[in-house]
Amino acid sequence: MTQATVSERIRDVGFLRRLLTRPELAAVAGAVLVFVFFAIVAGDRGFLTFGGTMSYLVVAAQLGIVAVPVALLMINGEFDLSVGSMVGAAGIIIAITVTEFGWPLFAGALLACVFALLVGAFNGWVVIKTGLPSFIVTLAMLFALRGLTIGFSRLITGRTQIGGLGAATEGDPLRVIFAGEIAGIPVAVFWWLGLAVLGTYVLQRTVFGNWIFGVGGDKVAARNVGVPVNRVKVILFMCTALSAALLATIQVMDAGSADVLRGQLLELQAIAASVIGGVLLTGGYGSVVGAVFGALIFGMVQQGIFFTGVNTDWFLVFVGAMLLVAVLFNNVIRKRASKG
Amino acid sequence: MEATPIIELRGASKYFGSVIALEDISMGVRAGEVMCLLGDNGAGKSTLIKILSGVHRPDRGTVLVEGEEVDFASPRDAIDRGIATVYQDLAMIPLMGISRNFFLGREPTKGRGPFRRFDVKFADRVTREELDKIGIKVRDTSQPVATLSGGERQSVAIARAIYFGAKVLILDEPTSALGVKQASIVLRYIARAREQGIAVIFISHNVYHAYAIGDRFTVLNHGRSEGTFEKGEISIQELEKLMAGGAELERLEAELQGTGASGPGASTDEAGV
Repeated sequence: MTQATVSERIRDVGFLRRLLTRPELAAVAGAVLVFVFFAIVAGDRGFLTFGGTMSYLVVAAQLGIVAVPVALLMINGEFDLSVGSMVGAAGIIIAITVTEFGWPLFAGALLACVFALLVGAFNGWVVIKTGLPSFIVTLAMLFALRGLTIGFSRLITGRTQIGGLGAATEGDPLRVIFAGEIAGIPVAVFWWLGLAVLGTYVLQRTVFGNWIFGVGGDKVAARNVGVPVNRVKVILFMCTALSAALLATIQVMDAGSADVLRGQLLELQAIAASVIGGVLLTGGYGSVVGAVFGALIFGMVQQGIFFTGVNTDWFLVFVGAMLLVAVLFNNVIRKRASKG
Repeated sequence: MEATPIIELRGASKYFGSVIALEDISMGVRAGEVMCLLGDNGAGKSTLIKILSGVHRPDRGTVLVEGEEVDFASPRDAIDRGIATVYQDLAMIPLMGISRNFFLGREPTKGRGPFRRFDVKFADRVTREELDKIGIKVRDTSQPVATLSGGERQSVAIARAIYFGAKVLILDEPTSALGVKQASIVLRYIARAREQGIAVIFISHNVYHAYAIGDRFTVLNHGRSEGTFEKGEISIQELEKLMAGGAELERLEAELQGTGASGPGASTDEAGV
């Protein structure tokens, strides 16, 4: 009886089957499918050109910069719905300090980052202290932060859109880091890929990454073996907020202006990218690579539809359908993985 | 009580609001000894474990490790003193890989400074060795724990505690969710741990499992101790009776027989109808 069980367990399972249990499989396969689809439908209309490729990579990069830490936070078992509002707030902070107060760019960006870290720490602290779901806590922050941004922007400048950043930061070396290009590729793409590598390294190869999985898988069990559960959570909330400030800096430099409404729906897109990428909504399972491909799918679909000439209104229908299919597919993979 | 117990409780009490979870409990366990903590559901076993493993602080009384009074602020403190707890249902995280589970909270690292990282290769190798020792074959130590059977998970959790140099092993109902065959495997590991000089606190409501492995037995009932007995002093029947709240049951039995004879309950029913 025991012997039979043992020999059953050591039966060799092929590479293909192991591949089929990877969390990011759906996103990678989805990205290939979407690419092939648009290559066929819109290949002759510019989708495959360098410019076309850059156009969807930039969209994917902007989402991906936030989606990487959001995926880590979700694997850790929490949500952050305030990242979109954080993008708006950080952008306005930079714009006001630079154009109204005459601060140098680095000081404005630094203040935005510090503010983001404080908001992230506050989110984490409230979640831990109240025991409320982070979904609710950060939803409250979504509204409050957006309201504060609009309120202060109007109070200080009398406007909700602040321009003139291009002229004010002319020749600033930081422009190259946030809004420059390398070999014609916008730096946002490198930020995205850099964060993806960093996120994957942290999750797969560091002690902290093991804690992220452990806390997300079972908070109590992780605490029982000595994992500092609260610290892990707070740090990750700070990371998601910081990534929003980074994205805001890039957007502000890129557009030369800030708008209080920037980043709306970004929080849901980041969650969608993570989920398409195989992150389990209840935590404990997923990968950064998946979220990166989730963001790539978003970018390709949004820009791809534009290249087909079909009205871009249909973009969201496509995203909704894809989200549902991806989640169903991921469920199958996960069941397979836990059955061995 | 010749040798100093590795871990000892003296007069420990714990209250949750107005609820008395534990009242004046004293117990200890020495190296190479299996001490069984018996009691029905709600007897206070879980609270006792949590005090010993640093999750709760006793409201009164003290915890001593090797004769020295300690105050555990967190489970980490207890772990650092060599007290390992294997929880019944929380022993392993199902969706995490086996080797990641094995080293969760005590990850081996390599490299220095910002390049200090989780030594995955080492973790995989050690996990594989430890699994081999207890006869569990897996194709890949990174496969989710969910792919192991209940007995295997429990055994891996115990192997993990022993690997990390536990001096005291607190096992919370390690056999209660298992079939006879799987349970006997786990009991054998416990015996092996005892031979290695580890002090084992075995929590169970299954007297037969406990009696098979235990050297001493402490029975809890409604947060109070019914006494501690050496194996030679008490029979399995007596233990069972104590656990069920012996005196209380006798009273109940007498009362119910009385009820049957005079029938006040029945008459009330009739009045109700």
